[in-house]
Amino acid sequence: MSFSWAKPYEPKHPVMKWVDERLPLPRLVYGAIGGGYPVPRNLNYFWNFGVLAGIFLTVQIVTGIVLAMHYTASTDGAFNSVNQLIMRDVNAGWLLRYAHMNGASFFFIVTYIHIFRGLYYGSYKAPRELVWMLGLVIYFLMMATAFMGYVLPWGQMSYWGAQVITGFFSAFPIVGEPIRIWLLGGYAPDQAALTRFFSLHYLLPFVIAGVVILHIWALHIPGSSNPTGVDVKDEKDTLPFHPFYTAKDGWFAAAFLLIYCLVTFYAPNYLGHSDNYIPANPLATPAEIVPEWYFWPFYAILRSFTFDFILPAKLWGVLAMFSSILLLFFLPWLDKSPVRSGSYRPVFKRFFWLLVVDVIVLGWAGGGAPTPFRNAIGQISAAYYFLHFLVILPLVSRFEVPLPLPNSISESVLHGEAAEAAPVGAGKTRGGSIATASAH
Amino acid sequence: MVRVIGFLVGLVFAGVLLISLISGVATNLSSPPAPLASEEFHKSPKPLHLASDGPFGKFDRRQLQRGFQVYSEVCSACHSLKLVSFGELKQLGYNDAEIKKIASDWKTQVPSINPDTGEASTRKALPSDNFPSPFANETAARAANNNALPPDLSLITKAREGGAPYVYSILTGFQAQPAELLKKFPDAKTPQNLHYNPYFANLNIAMPPPLTTAGQVTYADGTPATVDQMAKDVAAFLVWTAEPNLESRHAVGLSVVIFLLIGTVFGYLAYRQIWQDAKRAVRVTGALEPENQAKSRRAKVKQGVAG
Repeated sequence: MSFSWAKPYEPKHPVMKWVDERLPLPRLVYGAIGGGYPVPRNLNYFWNFGVLAGIFLTVQIVTGIVLAMHYTASTDGAFNSVNQLIMRDVNAGWLLRYAHMNGASFFFIVTYIHIFRGLYYGSYKAPRELVWMLGLVIYFLMMATAFMGYVLPWGQMSYWGAQVITGFFSAFPIVGEPIRIWLLGGYAPDQAALTRFFSLHYLLPFVIAGVVILHIWALHIPGSSNPTGVDVKDEKDTLPFHPFYTAKDGWFAAAFLLIYCLVTFYAPNYLGHSDNYIPANPLATPAEIVPEWYFWPFYAILRSFTFDFILPAKLWGVLAMFSSILLLFFLPWLDKSPVRSGSYRPVFKRFFWLLVVDVIVLGWAGGGAPTPFRNAIGQISAAYYFLHFLVILPLVSRFEVPLPLPNSISESVLHGEAAEAAPVGAGKTRGGSIATASAH
Repeated sequence: MVRVIGFLVGLVFAGVLLISLISGVATNLSSPPAPLASEEFHKSPKPLHLASDGPFGKFDRRQLQRGFQVYSEVCSACHSLKLVSFGELKQLGYNDAEIKKIASDWKTQVPSINPDTGEASTRKALPSDNFPSPFANETAARAANNNALPPDLSLITKAREGGAPYVYSILTGFQAQPAELLKKFPDAKTPQNLHYNPYFANLNIAMPPPLTTAGQVTYADGTPATVDQMAKDVAAFLVWTAEPNLESRHAVGLSVVIFLLIGTVFGYLAYRQIWQDAKRAVRVTGALEPENQAKSRRAKVKQGVAG
């Protein structure tokens, strides 16, 4: 698809030849994830997480479809269908459910690593802007799916989580409350909300799968990025996806699934909240309402706005929380540095790691009871989050002097030849000339 | 344009957060939050070690039977066990005849209808029934317990942070309110009908001490029934009710982990094998020759790139 030296599909078996002439599906697969897709030869292990995300999407869909065969989407029956029927009576139902519960968490772990890899190596930059944006669409759909899935067991956190999250809409003046009631099908989460959440929870993973196809399609036009961020120049720079990256992804996936299985089998409830084993009770608010861990950073941003400055604090919180994801769509235009990889951007690199720490601190701030200290830390780290993307990144990309880039991928693999090969002084000029230097 | 708007949005959000931070800090300095008795005197659960702990843990069936005995003779007076059926007791080592007897002798009967008239009535429980609840409904339960609702115990060790050690600590944690607490928080005296228990979130629990004297239950296996022993046994039993598949989970987990370990090792060896030639192909130019490496190092130092 992408490079002139990509090996075309040559069916050997007459049956495959026959099929290929009529429906070139084998050709498509061969060109997408087979020997016909040339990939930069220098990818590191952070490039394994895209495939892993696909694996976890599959795990979620397969376990989810079987769980749906036994689940009852009714406010009276949901809790028991999960905790009695599935967990006790269905053959290996406990395994399906724990695999699905923890599969969601690991899907997010993998996706977060995938996203931060993209942030560090500048994978959002031209010509991969649409790959990045489609990825964000997937992430957004994942959050919606995960939230609705968490409501389905109809435990205390399910109920009150649904209450809080749909409550976001009521922060908007005038239209907010009618929208909230319309979305829930009532004044509070009840049967109508549960049934539609179930319906959408079943639908959205397939929408995700569809957007994943677009994400991969858009990726295969320019081809995968790589740790140097330097464009692929000739065949020497690449290796066919199969067998090289299928082998690398294969063993790494097995190793990562090992961690997932250790949690699923030996600490299945570690990542969950104990209150969700109490049946939903609209009359008893839990001591503290916290979302699942993968939402903690956003929850911290939401809670950090405590002062009614012109607008009500709640509206500020909701706007900021949505903006915190929305701004990522503009990243390709906020960061104008032509150097993709953070490895060649000394200033950017420091701020990147500060962002990683900041998001972890935000998670800590959002995951616990709101004490004054936790709130203050949450507010500082929320402010840094916005400053990082909207102020620091544009400024850094303007003033930073990047390090000299290697001339080509294959040179960079040659253990240090890269720096020697770079034209003297190329690193001292502004970004623009670097891009030219690396393009020619 | 995007960057100008972004710049402004970023500054506005950061500014409002700064105002929130300052107002929050100012509020806390002018009127610091009052210390709470439930924060200062609350205790984390006591350690409890059960046979089911750990990746290789298995249930101690004799202990589960003792725990079941405590549940049926003490706890079941108020607490339901809605998700568990009599038939499941087979996993505890009871045989079919024993289970049938336990079910039909159970102190509460199962709601049913009179087969002749269709009127509401009750019948003796069968092994296929779940444990019938001691109260007909929540209102009846509250009416009998000073408006407190005894929670269902089926999932209690998963539904409380701290799990089995929490249950054990609550059961053995009843005590007189410390004088120090009353001195520091004169308003925090345990109200009437509540009972001081430092392992409970707000220190005052509606449940009266259920296990009070040694020998309250006469164990069928002759184990001395101290309060501590009974609390441990019932906690172990409630681990089983919450997670009856724990043993198969541990066993299946072990085989899955072994399978994946083997898969990882073979996968890694295959990966090394496949990449060997690819790596060699890159090295044809001699980059790894010591001479070239030294040259490259010198070049790096000269350009100030060496890390």
